[in-house]
Amino acid sequence: MGGGLEGNAIYRAVYGLVVDTLGWASWLAYFIAAMVIILIVVNGVLVLGTLYTWFERRVLGRFQGRLGPNRTGPFGLLQPIADALKLMFKEDIVPRGADRLVFSLAPIVMLVPTLLVLAIIPFGRGSFLADLNIGVLYIAAVGGITTVAVLMAGYASANKFATFGSMRAVAMVVSYEIPLVMALLGVTVLAASMSMVAVVEAQHLPYLLVAPLGAGVFLVAISAELNRNPFDVLEAESELVAGYLTEYSGMKYGVFMLAEFTNTIVAGAIFAVLFLQGWQWTVLSPLGSQVGFLGFLDTGVVRQIESHFWFLFKVGLFAFAATWVRATLPRLRIDQILSLAWKVLFPLSLLNVLVLAVEVIVWPEPSVGDLAIMAAINWPVAGAAFFVAARLVSLGTRAPGLGVGAAVGVR
Amino acid sequence: MTLRTEPVVVSIGPHHPSTHGVFRMRLTFDGENIIDAEPVIGYLHRGTEKLAEERQYTQVITLTDRLDYVSSMTSNQAFVLSCEKLIGLEVPDRGMYLRVIASELQRIVSHLIGVGFFLQELGGFGGTALMYAFRERERILDLFEMLCGARITVSYSRIGGVFADAPADFWPALRRVLDDMPGYTDELEALVFESEIVQSRTKGVSPIDPVLAVNASLTGPVLRASGVAWDWRKAAPYDVYDRVDFDVPVGANGDNYDRFWVRIQEVRQSLRIVEQCIEQIEPGPVRATDAMLFRPPPGDSYVPTESPKGELGFYLVSDGSIAPYRCHVRAPSFINLSLFKEMLVGWKLADAIVSLGSLDFNMGEVDR
Amino acid sequence: MYGLGVLKGFGVTLKNFVRKPFTVQYPEERSVQHPRFRGQEFVWYEDRCTGCASCAKYCPLGIIRIVTDPDGGHEQEGGDYKVEVFDIDQGRCMYCGLCVEACPYDALHMGSTFEGATTRREDLVITMEVLNERPKHPSTWFRPQLEQQAVDPFGGAPVDSGDAGREAYRWHPKRSEDAPGGAGK
Repeated sequence: MGGGLEGNAIYRAVYGLVVDTLGWASWLAYFIAAMVIILIVVNGVLVLGTLYTWFERRVLGRFQGRLGPNRTGPFGLLQPIADALKLMFKEDIVPRGADRLVFSLAPIVMLVPTLLVLAIIPFGRGSFLADLNIGVLYIAAVGGITTVAVLMAGYASANKFATFGSMRAVAMVVSYEIPLVMALLGVTVLAASMSMVAVVEAQHLPYLLVAPLGAGVFLVAISAELNRNPFDVLEAESELVAGYLTEYSGMKYGVFMLAEFTNTIVAGAIFAVLFLQGWQWTVLSPLGSQVGFLGFLDTGVVRQIESHFWFLFKVGLFAFAATWVRATLPRLRIDQILSLAWKVLFPLSLLNVLVLAVEVIVWPEPSVGDLAIMAAINWPVAGAAFFVAARLVSLGTRAPGLGVGAAVGVR
Repeated sequence: MTLRTEPVVVSIGPHHPSTHGVFRMRLTFDGENIIDAEPVIGYLHRGTEKLAEERQYTQVITLTDRLDYVSSMTSNQAFVLSCEKLIGLEVPDRGMYLRVIASELQRIVSHLIGVGFFLQELGGFGGTALMYAFRERERILDLFEMLCGARITVSYSRIGGVFADAPADFWPALRRVLDDMPGYTDELEALVFESEIVQSRTKGVSPIDPVLAVNASLTGPVLRASGVAWDWRKAAPYDVYDRVDFDVPVGANGDNYDRFWVRIQEVRQSLRIVEQCIEQIEPGPVRATDAMLFRPPPGDSYVPTESPKGELGFYLVSDGSIAPYRCHVRAPSFINLSLFKEMLVGWKLADAIVSLGSLDFNMGEVDR
Repeated sequence: MYGLGVLKGFGVTLKNFVRKPFTVQYPEERSVQHPRFRGQEFVWYEDRCTGCASCAKYCPLGIIRIVTDPDGGHEQEGGDYKVEVFDIDQGRCMYCGLCVEACPYDALHMGSTFEGATTRREDLVITMEVLNERPKHPSTWFRPQLEQQAVDPFGGAPVDSGDAGREAYRWHPKRSEDAPGGAGK
């Protein structure tokens, strides 16, 4: 119950204000303070998500030798607002054949899991809503709901392109949940805990270095879950127009887009927590302890603020990398995506868990040195595994086979 | 219990992000697999052939601009070649060289766009390669602007040569483009053709058998990708193609990958041709006659040319008047579409889009 | 299938990321058109025009309308007609330049601009008055017969943009210095 919040300065300030100044009951104070924090977190992340729409378009523009949006406000920073305004004033069309209720619910179902995940992400030193002891499992559980939203949208639109998109989504996400969970399992084994905070604190070395295989599998699987290149077969602009979004317009479309971009930010946050030491890293506090007159830098408040900065920095790195991938890679075909999941990622993630489990038996509660030894073992293993997988598995195209339709006799 | 499944008919186009204009495909799907495909064309029909019968020979040049609007220079050239044969005009050397330089630059432009769209159709977000291709295309269009004052609808060729000599600032600008182009082509090749994802998506997909390709009268890069080294610039050289040295790149498998690979190789060959033309070109008149009105003797003519899309030719019949009695366009884009069904059936939707793109057709030419 | 090609692709995009963007920011920055650019704002010299209507005849779309008065003070046969109406319907014009090429008296030239958008179709018809009043920035897209005359715009010497009343032509800097592959050479 609110285990994580006591360490947070804003929470303590609001709590103190309500209890001491107003003299209200402590449960009410807890409620109000928690609400304030939730408000800040949800809105903060949504704003980050909208900012990411701008960021991605700018960066993508540069990757493509263009400028990207630069007309609205300085550097085009107000572009998300302009987009939102435009979408709001657009007519909200529900197609005639559509299932109205499901059609309207889908955007909400899409956005909610994104926000639910925020509950357990430690944004900084002592800044998290809940330190759930099954945090990692919670991510996997909540993250899967997005598929339902895509399926709802595709089914309710009564559009063939949308149906194609949502069918692909289900096939793909169901396949990629498994390597994703396996990759998360590797982290759990290493940290000996499912709590996100514990994972961060156990990372004396970034798990990206310790478990490269797990990190790689996680990155591939998460970009499939996020429907980003090279796995964006759901929307597949060149094939399916806009996939499951084809019939959406106005703010419903806007919510989908917001959820999609916020998802990327949240995925970046998860990656930062699980593989990049979360909020850890600090520059200011050693500076403060070394240089006399900068002593104020070594205080708790500064440390907390700095931890937020590093966290955001890591999320930004992930966002940049995601954009880079999007600018470079074309899409895989749906059958190739599925065979990648089952033939490559699934065995690799199993291997990852196996190796890490053995190592953890040898070095229980690993220190920095132990982790370094693990990294020294895991990198060659990862390289060899990748090499073998690349040799054995071909994603190439086989000769066409006519399926059921040929038997039906349509030709 | 068995689930009853039904094929689904999906109409892709006429308005769709990757149908190259207003082209419509009626595809029948069994899941993701295509079991029937039917092209529906005619959305961009403008009656070019009929319009040509109502216009003087010189005026028809402006119509040819609008056939294949990404390679107007070659269309212009094909038409005037046919007219010259009809009239019996000798074209001065400089005019022929300028025409060849212009058409080879146009070929580069056309192939760049084809290859750029390739990555777009494979799903590269926002078409990174397409943006790079457009950037280079822009520089070549600047050259066209210097030559003839227009960028797309050029109308540069004239019966008996070209409209006018290149301005003096054209040559250094051309030099600059030629210097930059190979490095750029390498870059595009690294981005598109070496990517394993692209290779796994396109190698072995929708192969066209060389015999089938010849029987279906396919021409251009689509035919050459199947391994048939047939190029009108070699087979029946027009203008000055017999004076320059170049290779005809040929594919091995005739699959989607080869069809685009042939195009990027042709860009390099076109650069070679332009280089040689610059060396060989000499001062002189660029146009045999200033006349704009022609009354060719009654008869007919047809000169096959190698446009970026394939064999482009204008079959002209003259009755001795100032306008062609009949003008038929042998449009490569249209005839290359004839294997549409054979290429698509059995493959998946994602492949169909790429196969379609690999034909690199242009609706302006298909529908005329 | 070791992903090396994919890595190369990442390298290409990164190289382009650090390169300057190619975009010319249109309303603020403009790339200069070549003097030969066939643009809007036709230039017509009333004193040179004889009303022969060659331009109207060679226009593939027939958008030039000329009404002449044979008795317009030029009684002698072979003299000029008095041009009463000279309308060019730019709404249908495709700027092919055949009218300019056809004019035996150099009375008609292509213009320079490309920003002639109007809100009504009728405004696209440019009349004699407009043609006479507007500043004259002719394109150097002349008819080739000039080569045999005293005026020789293509005689080898570079066309001076100043002669045509236009800004000196240069490639936009974004299209030359930062050209791809140019820096590495």
